[in-house]
Amino acid sequence: MLRDITLGQYYQTESVIHRLDPRVKLAGTMLYIISLFLFENIAGYVLGALFLALVIGLSHVPFKFMVRGMKAILFLLLITVAFNLFLTPGETLVRLWKLNITREGLHNAVFMALRLCYLIIGSSIMTLTTTPNHLTDGMEKGLRPLKVFRVPVHEVSMIMSIALRFIPILLEETDKIMKAQIARGADFESGNLIKRAKAMVPLLVPLFISAFRRANDLAMAMEARCYHGGEGRTKMKPLVYQRRDRLAYLCLLLYLGCKVAVGVLL
Amino acid sequence: MSIVKTKNLIYEYLRRDEDGNVEGVNRAVDDVSLGVRRGEFIAIVGHNGSGKSTLAKHMNAILQPTRGTVWVDGIDTSQEEQVWAVRQRAGMVFQNPDNQIIGQLVEEDVGFGPENLGVPTEEIWKRVEESLRAVGMYQYRSHSPNRLSGGQKQRVSIAGVLAMRPQCIVLDEPTAMLDPSGRKEVIRAVRELNSREKVTVILITHYMEEVIHADHVYVMDRGRVAMEGTPREIFSRVEELQKLRLDVPQVTLLAHELQQRGILLPQGILTTEELVTALKSCEWPHGKSETGGVQADEEAQYGIDH
Repeated sequence: MLRDITLGQYYQTESVIHRLDPRVKLAGTMLYIISLFLFENIAGYVLGALFLALVIGLSHVPFKFMVRGMKAILFLLLITVAFNLFLTPGETLVRLWKLNITREGLHNAVFMALRLCYLIIGSSIMTLTTTPNHLTDGMEKGLRPLKVFRVPVHEVSMIMSIALRFIPILLEETDKIMKAQIARGADFESGNLIKRAKAMVPLLVPLFISAFRRANDLAMAMEARCYHGGEGRTKMKPLVYQRRDRLAYLCLLLYLGCKVAVGVLL
Repeated sequence: MSIVKTKNLIYEYLRRDEDGNVEGVNRAVDDVSLGVRRGEFIAIVGHNGSGKSTLAKHMNAILQPTRGTVWVDGIDTSQEEQVWAVRQRAGMVFQNPDNQIIGQLVEEDVGFGPENLGVPTEEIWKRVEESLRAVGMYQYRSHSPNRLSGGQKQRVSIAGVLAMRPQCIVLDEPTAMLDPSGRKEVIRAVRELNSREKVTVILITHYMEEVIHADHVYVMDRGRVAMEGTPREIFSRVEELQKLRLDVPQVTLLAHELQQRGILLPQGILTTEELVTALKSCEWPHGKSETGGVQADEEAQYGIDH
């Protein structure tokens, strides 16, 4: 049920993109997303697609894995397209009953859909090529400057990596509780939405209790192993920029430069 | 010199009713004094609620004594500024293997302790490798802990503690949630650490079979030390153990029953081999040593416990 979420699913293979420093990939994804919303012209979109295709090619991840991530937002995509298509005022192309499809609407709908697709594929490249703990490591180190503003960077990244570690355990537990409740005559399948939501209560209550108990145990185990926050902590796998990371930054800047140039000139 | 020492240790907690009002005081640990020497293998046994886990948590400064004192490597655990020093010296392994693994890869989990201690990066890698080799889990270093069996997870937890270079390891019912083969695996790893790496081991358990390899055994009951001695001494008092609701290993029980029937056997038999040799050499009341030998051989084949 919850197992087919591509976001946060790592695809194991050997590639340049996989070996990049997670900070590069985080920054790259952020910049790419921003670049998508910078200028609106066809050349810009082509450039975005080219860049994306290049990265996909380098990443050695089959394209279908990226498309799989799109399924989750298919509904959102359809709504966006519909709204843009029907509710943009302008020159009418087709008239369906009371709804007008305008030239501007069609333009907006197509480009908005493209943007969203780029955005999802772009960010799934990051999650497909980076292990979740690498990602949290990258965030911890990359966002360290925020400490000045009292953002608890270390704590947040620790929370995230623990959450990631416990997702499969809690999923397994959900499965177990579900089976136990079904064996006792619980019905999770039939009835309308409200009825089904109510049926979740005997699943969620034991799950929460167990999660709290686990949290308590884990906190004790962490303290027993001398965990006392990020102060004075060393890293087993410290992040150090390599030559390829600097090159990747260069490529990224190059792409941004092209994008801006295309946006301004055309 | 004692690595862990307790003197008149008392731990009380308040019992509350549903509204949070104090109903009374429970004394979980009641006047326990014990000393563990370096390199020893100590077992603490007792049935549920005997206070054995509470006692264990004092050795890692997770709990503070209500009265009395606990010293770990000469450090009084009630000194707040020494908490991390105590925890580094006395590592603790808990019951549930899932709830004590923090890392997403085996090696990262083992590295967690040294990271917290501020050990330099190369040294962490060295320690992780050594610790994983010590528990025989090195080939699994880049696996996800979720894919491991219960026994393997507990061995990773032990490695995680070892990497902090502790003077002694306290294992709080490490096998309670494991299947028999996992249990054997963990106990074997613990015994090897004790004999090969000379790590002091304090094993808390309620499986009596795990106790037979210990140097010294404490039996706890209602917060007090009810019996203490070598495994042989403890197991020669079968009736007393049963009164404390503790199981005696099958072989010991069998030997005990045979003794009751008038067969002359030595006290406190712990392993099948011992029973076999004892049966072979013993005087049978009716002089039928042949049948005795066959019976014992059969038993050895089934290998009740090793």
